[in-house]
Amino acid sequence: MATKPKSAKKAPIKATKAEMLAFYREMLLIRRFEEKAGQLYGMGKIAGFCHLYIGQEAVVTGMQACLKEGDQVITGYRDHGHMLACGMDPNGVMAELTGRIGGLSRGKGGSMHMFSKEKNFYGGHGIVGAQVPLGTGLAFANKYRGNDNVSLAYFGDGAANQGQVYEAFNMASLWKLPVVYVIENNMYAMGTSVERHASETELYKRGISFEIEGEEVDGMDVLAVREAGEKAVKHARSGKGPYILEMKTYRYRGHSMSDPAKYRKREEVDDIRSHHDPIEGLKSQIIELGHATEDDLKKIDNEIKAIVKEAADFSLESPEPDASELWTDVLIEEAVG
Amino acid sequence: MSVDILMPALSPTMEEGTLSKWLKKEGDAIRSGDVIAEIETDKATMEVEAVDEGVLAKIVVPEGTENVKVNAVIAVLAADGEDVTKAAPSRPKADKAGAVSDADSVKEAKQAVPEQEDPKPKTPEQPRAAVVKDPSLPEGTTFTDTTVRDALRDAMAEEMRKDERVFVMGEEVAQYQGAYKVTRELLQEFGDRRVVDTPITEHGFAGLGVGAAFAGLRPIVEFMTFNFAMQAIDQIINSAAKTLYMSGGQMGCPIVFRGPNGAASRVGAQHSQDYSAWYAQIPGLKVIAPYDAADAKGLLKAAIRDPNPVVFLEHELLYGQSFPVPDVDDYIVPIGKAAVKREGTDVTLVAHSRMVGFALQAAERLAEEGISAEVIDLRTLRPLDTDTVIESVKKTNRLVCCEEGWRFMGVGAEIAATVVAEAFDWLDAPPVRVHQKDVPLPYAANLEALSLPNADDIVEAARKVCEGAF
Ligand SMILES: Cc1ncc(C[n+]2csc(CCOP(=O)(O)OP(=O)(O)O)c2C)c(N)n1
Ligand SMILES: [Mg+2]
Repeated sequence: MATKPKSAKKAPIKATKAEMLAFYREMLLIRRFEEKAGQLYGMGKIAGFCHLYIGQEAVVTGMQACLKEGDQVITGYRDHGHMLACGMDPNGVMAELTGRIGGLSRGKGGSMHMFSKEKNFYGGHGIVGAQVPLGTGLAFANKYRGNDNVSLAYFGDGAANQGQVYEAFNMASLWKLPVVYVIENNMYAMGTSVERHASETELYKRGISFEIEGEEVDGMDVLAVREAGEKAVKHARSGKGPYILEMKTYRYRGHSMSDPAKYRKREEVDDIRSHHDPIEGLKSQIIELGHATEDDLKKIDNEIKAIVKEAADFSLESPEPDASELWTDVLIEEAVG
Repeated sequence: MSVDILMPALSPTMEEGTLSKWLKKEGDAIRSGDVIAEIETDKATMEVEAVDEGVLAKIVVPEGTENVKVNAVIAVLAADGEDVTKAAPSRPKADKAGAVSDADSVKEAKQAVPEQEDPKPKTPEQPRAAVVKDPSLPEGTTFTDTTVRDALRDAMAEEMRKDERVFVMGEEVAQYQGAYKVTRELLQEFGDRRVVDTPITEHGFAGLGVGAAFAGLRPIVEFMTFNFAMQAIDQIINSAAKTLYMSGGQMGCPIVFRGPNGAASRVGAQHSQDYSAWYAQIPGLKVIAPYDAADAKGLLKAAIRDPNPVVFLEHELLYGQSFPVPDVDDYIVPIGKAAVKREGTDVTLVAHSRMVGFALQAAERLAEEGISAEVIDLRTLRPLDTDTVIESVKKTNRLVCCEEGWRFMGVGAEIAATVVAEAFDWLDAPPVRVHQKDVPLPYAANLEALSLPNADDIVEAARKVCEGAF
C-alpha cells in the first residue's frame, strides 16, 4: 500500500496550531476547487484534457510551506493544486480552465498550460517529463546568479521513466544544482501501475547512480511532507545539490476527465479515501489537539466554498478572448540592435 | 617508398587549420601513434598522431603556417632504410595548393580550375516511385460500415494473424486497450508477448522498435499521439529512415510508427500539432495519412507489410467516424496512390486526412453555386502521387491545396510548387492554400475555431481561384 498504516504515525506533531489550520485551509481550497472544476467540465464549460489533483493535496501544501521568496516551482499538466498553493488567483486559474480572457494565460493555454512570473510558477507542461530538465534549468539560473533560491520540480511516477529525467539528474548532481525533485507517486501512470511500468518501483532510489540522495515520504500526510521537504530544501539551499523526495500518494479521480479508471478496483480507492485522506487526517489531528472544533472547521469550509464559487462565477462571466488575441504572443516584437 | 603525411581534418567542419608546432624534427624516427605535431582548428588545439612508421624525411609545411588546407601534404615519411634525402612529396601540387604561405601557387591552382572540364559528376535522375492502381473490387462486393478506429484495429489483427513477426508496442496499448481504443481486444487475442505495454519512454521504445526491426521483426509502434513522437523523432529519422542508405542497402527497417496526428479538441498547443510536412520531408520514410476507414485499413495493412519504415498519421477526430469498408479478404490499398474522391471540372481540391472530409463538404456546397470541384485524397504523402494531381489540374485548371497544419514550408507548398513547375500552362489562376493559422493552437474555444481550417475556408478559397471564370 502507498501509505503507512495509521498506527505507525505516532511521531510527535511538529507544527503549530496556526500552521495546521493554514494547511487545512489550503488543502481544502484545492479539493473544493478541483471538485468545482470537475463539475464545470461535466457541464461542458471546461474542455479538452483536465487532470484533477484530488487526493494529492498534502504534497503541494506541505512542500510549498518549505519555500521562501524567490524559490521556483514547475510541474506537469496536473497543475491546478500547485498553482493555488503558489498563491495564484483561483479566479484566474478557473477562467483559464474555461478558456476566457480572465484566465492566467488569457485563455490561450488551458488546464495544462498556466504560468506566473510573479509567483515563480513556471508551468504547466503537457509533455510528460519535460518539466524535469526545465526545473533543473531554474536551479542552474539560481546557482549562476549566486542567490540561495531553490527550485521544486514535480513529476509523476510515469514521468520518472523518461530519459530526460536522468540526463537532468546527472547534470544537477554533477553541478550541485539547488533543485528538489518531487516525485508524486500516485501509483499509476494513466492506466499503468508502477509495478507494470518501473523496474525499480522504489522511485526515491532512482538517483543512486547519480549520487543523489532520496527519501520516501507519506504523501498523504501534510506534516510528514513538510518535514521531509524542509530537509530536502535545506540540503539544496546549502549548496549540497539536488535531492529526491518520493511522495507516496493517490489520485481519487481518473487520470483525466475521460478516463474510466477500470484498471483499479473501486475498493482500492475507497480504502484510501476512508483511511488515508490527507484532509480528514489533518482534521482529526486538529480536533484531537483541541486546535479547533468541528464548528470552527465548518466555518473555514464555508469560506473556501465562497472563494471557489466566486472563481466559478468569474470563470463563466469572463468573456472569451478577443479574436485579435489569436495573433499576439507568438514572438516578442522588439527591435534588437 | 616514402609516405606523405597529410593535414588531417580533426572535426567534421574543419576545412583548414594552423600547423602550430612540430614535435618531431627531420631525421627523427617515427613510430605509429607518436604525436608528431600540433594543429589548431577553429575549435581546439589537437595533436596529430603518426599512422605509419619510418623516418621523418622532410617537413613540407613549417610550424606557424596558418590556413593549411585539409589533405595538404605537411611532411614526408621515409620508410625504414630508405634514402632520406631522396624522399620527396609525391603530390607536389597538393602541397602547394594547400599551403597558403606559397601565395603564387595558390593562384595557379585556382586558375587551373576553369580550364578543366566540369569536375562535378552528373547526378543521375531520381527514379520515380512506381504508381500502382487500387485493386478493382470484384463485382457484387458488399460493404460494412466500420469506424476508422475499428478498421485500423482490424488491419493490425489481420496482419498479426498472418505474420508472427508483427507485434504492437506503445503506451496503454494492451491492458487499457489503447488510449483511443485502437488496439482494442488485441491483447486478448495475441497475448502480452505481441501486444506490449511500454513505460512512458518514447525515445526509448521507438529506438527499441527500430532495433527489433533491424533484427527482422515487424514492429508497430503506437504513439499515444504524434505530439509525443517528438521525443522519439531522432530514432525515427536518424535510425529508422537513414540506415538502409547508410548501410548500402543491407539494413532494412520494416517498422510502422502510428498514432493520431494533428488537432484534437481543445487540448492546447502542445497536444495539437500536424506533423505531415515534417515527416514527409524525410527521404527513407514512407508517410501515410488516410481519411476514410477503407483506406485506413488497406493502407495500414500495406504499411505493415512494407519493408520500409512507415509513418502512419491517423486523426483522433476521425476515429469514431464510420465509412463503408469492402468485405473482401485481405483488402490492401497501395501506398503512393492518391484517390479521386469526387469528380469535378472547375477546380481541384487536394487534401489529406481529416481535411478530405471538409473538402467533400465544400465541394457539395460549391456545386450548389455552380462550381464543380474535384476532390483528391492524397492518402500517401511520401511518395506523393503528383500524377493524379496534375492530371486533375489539366482538366480543371485551378488548384486549392488543403492541409490542417501550418502553411509555411507545408504540404500545400510542395504540391503548388510541383503543379506550377509541371503544369504551369494549364493553370488559369495561382494556386491557393488552405491551412491552420500561423500560431500555436490556442485553447479558448473561439480562438481554436479561428485557428483551424474548415469547409468554409475551402469554399472561400475555391471561389477565389474561380473568380471571373464564370
Ligand atoms: C511525452 C508524453 N507521452 C505521453 C503523454 C500522455 N500522457 C499524459 S499523462 C500520462 C501519464 C503520466 O503519468 P504520471 O507521470 O504517473 O503522472 P500522473 O498523471 O499520475 O500525475 C501520459 C501517458 C504525454 N503527455 N507526454
Ligand atoms: Mg502517476
